[in-house]
Amino acid sequence: MTTTVSTVEEGTHTPYALSHLDALESEAVHIFREVAGEFERPVILFSGGKDSIVMLHLALKAFAPAAVPFSLLHVDTGHNFPEVIEYRDRAVAKHGLRLHVASVQDYIDRGVLKERPDGTRNPLQTLPLTEKIQSEKFDAVFGGGRRDEEKARAKERVFSLRDEFSQWDPRRQRPELWNLYNGRHAPGEHVRVFPLSNWTELDVWQYIAREDIELPQIYFAHEREVFKRSGMWLTAGEWGGPKEGETVEKRLVRYRTVGDMSCTGAVDSDATTLEAVIAEIAASRLTERGATRADDKLSEAAMEDRKREGYF
Amino acid sequence: MSTTTELTETTLLRFATAGSVDDGKSTLVGRLLHDSKSVLADQLEAVEHASRNRGQETPDLALLTDGLRAEREQGITIDVAYRYFATPKRRFILADTPGHVQYTRNMVTGASTAELTVILIDARNGVVEQTRRHAAVAALLRVPHVVLAVNKMDLVGYQESVFAAIAEEFTAYATELGVPEVTAIPISALAGDNVVEPSANMDWYGGPTVLEHLETVPVSHDLSHCHARLPVQYVIRPQTAEHPDYRGYAGQIAAGSFHVGEQITVLPSGRSTRIAGIDLLGEPVDVAWTTQSVTLLLEDDIDISRGDLIVPSKDAPPTTQDIEATVCHVADAPLTVGHRVLLKHGTRTVKAIVKDIPSRLTLDDLSLHPHPGQLVANDIGRVKIRTAEPLPVDSYADSRRTGSFILIDPSDGTTLTAGMVGESFASPEPVKDDSEDDGWDF
Repeated sequence: MTTTVSTVEEGTHTPYALSHLDALESEAVHIFREVAGEFERPVILFSGGKDSIVMLHLALKAFAPAAVPFSLLHVDTGHNFPEVIEYRDRAVAKHGLRLHVASVQDYIDRGVLKERPDGTRNPLQTLPLTEKIQSEKFDAVFGGGRRDEEKARAKERVFSLRDEFSQWDPRRQRPELWNLYNGRHAPGEHVRVFPLSNWTELDVWQYIAREDIELPQIYFAHEREVFKRSGMWLTAGEWGGPKEGETVEKRLVRYRTVGDMSCTGAVDSDATTLEAVIAEIAASRLTERGATRADDKLSEAAMEDRKREGYF
Repeated sequence: MSTTTELTETTLLRFATAGSVDDGKSTLVGRLLHDSKSVLADQLEAVEHASRNRGQETPDLALLTDGLRAEREQGITIDVAYRYFATPKRRFILADTPGHVQYTRNMVTGASTAELTVILIDARNGVVEQTRRHAAVAALLRVPHVVLAVNKMDLVGYQESVFAAIAEEFTAYATELGVPEVTAIPISALAGDNVVEPSANMDWYGGPTVLEHLETVPVSHDLSHCHARLPVQYVIRPQTAEHPDYRGYAGQIAAGSFHVGEQITVLPSGRSTRIAGIDLLGEPVDVAWTTQSVTLLLEDDIDISRGDLIVPSKDAPPTTQDIEATVCHVADAPLTVGHRVLLKHGTRTVKAIVKDIPSRLTLDDLSLHPHPGQLVANDIGRVKIRTAEPLPVDSYADSRRTGSFILIDPSDGTTLTAGMVGESFASPEPVKDDSEDDGWDF
């Protein structure tokens, strides 16, 4: 019954196949180099979180031994983990980079933005980000978004065109064929570029381990005073602290994502090393957003709505 | 530390699925994701919650991939959704494409980067128009491996004869189109037969399950038959005290391999020199191959810039300003004869004009319609294009990366058309016996 027209080349032995990390790395480097070749003023969104740290690492490799031909942009919610800001400033100094900061606090102080009732500032980042892109005339903006993070992101392009209001229209996206990225844009428009589109959380951690990339310590298990809100362990800080009925306790925790302190939760963990973190993630039954982000629990389309308005 | 198999580096397979909801595609995809434990608890909870809101009793796994509000509201898949899952053997990137006729562009997009396509058939209906369309897309895009998943075997009593007849008819059709390899697998996505676990209901089938096949299909080729090609993306010139004279030509190897000492030619200028060194992202290597991103150092300081193509001197493609290609039109506005466009090939973008549209192709029955005058969204056709500058193009049959291009509208930047240089379909391979193969390869 086996009539065959197959031309199986070498069975399952694949001498020239790249490992999955090599393939993802090569793809990301290709994306960085395309942007360097086609745009005037690219910038990397850099929060000091692990995805942006991996982006910077890839950019450094893509252009070595020359310097990275991009600057960095941090959208600062004002609700920062001190360890992360420290890391950011060290990275900028070490690689001789230029850092732009778009400050949510400035916008609140000037009365342009109002604090939300829940105190969360993640949704407030869109306006400072958009205005900084406009005033600095950035034409390509690298984000660390991954398609595995969220179902609206699963339909995002690698090169994603935004209008002058930074808006994303999922129905008017350009089809992306082969690895031929189309970066054409009109003056005032820009392109969001996602070099980690095809990476998963586990890939990012495996790559961090393989490349021996330093991370802020809050990604590893440590003792911390936390309190429970909406099912998440939060750390008190300048942004605020426990309300009545919320009690502070000391727990062994780590962070899976880094964002606005007021809505980024820690997870119980005893993973103090990269290897332990990777084992923990491989066994995890929750996505990193599900485990740690209060703002994504708002509605079925929370991310799509924020993306349409110009969010990362 | 205690290493689990999941922590080691594996290979990566990019594949696409084509089929409609009626064929059970969402169920198949949902089962692959679910049974490989790639759907996490909070995602499943969200799907269950949303399904209940819609009055459905069982979780609708299509909601996992239908990420946009409009898709959920209309219950259809509008766009290619990329899904990620892993087994201890391999990492997978799945381009899940809607199968409706008006979404040919999505199938083409998904297939353009796929090394394998899964085409679904309802065992009760057999090979239908849509199946022929999906086979034609896989053939046009030269996807190296095609899997025919004959689904809903439970509804035909798991009969071998039903499967065999469908597999034979499909394979004959695909072979005629030049599809190099078809693997037919009888499954029931709903009951789980032969998706991840072998079926207890089909003893007569001795081949792999869908997942086993995905885990073992080769993801690389014998590079000695490939033309080596490196489109130059960027010239790296540090101009620092430490590296005053460093000039590196950065790019991702599109096909084949390059080695130190090799005589190379730069196109379109035609100047030649030798490779003095290859820098593989910080590591000097003697040889590098597709799809590695590298920086080449050359013996002579010749004029090279972004958009040039580096090739072995003994294997240089001709340069031409006249391109004949099969295209899929992906934009809402039509493509017409006389249209002035930009053509992006590799890392070079040049002005071009559509000289002629000799024919349009109907994918359902492969009938040709001469001189249609224009191509509208989702049309497949032949075009003749004249470029403002000579381009070193390969035929798509020889090189998917350097034989492909896109057309761009110069006024608003819209991606208009996806193009494949040369003949539409490969000529059928002669039938040969492969006794090592224990699967149902037809």
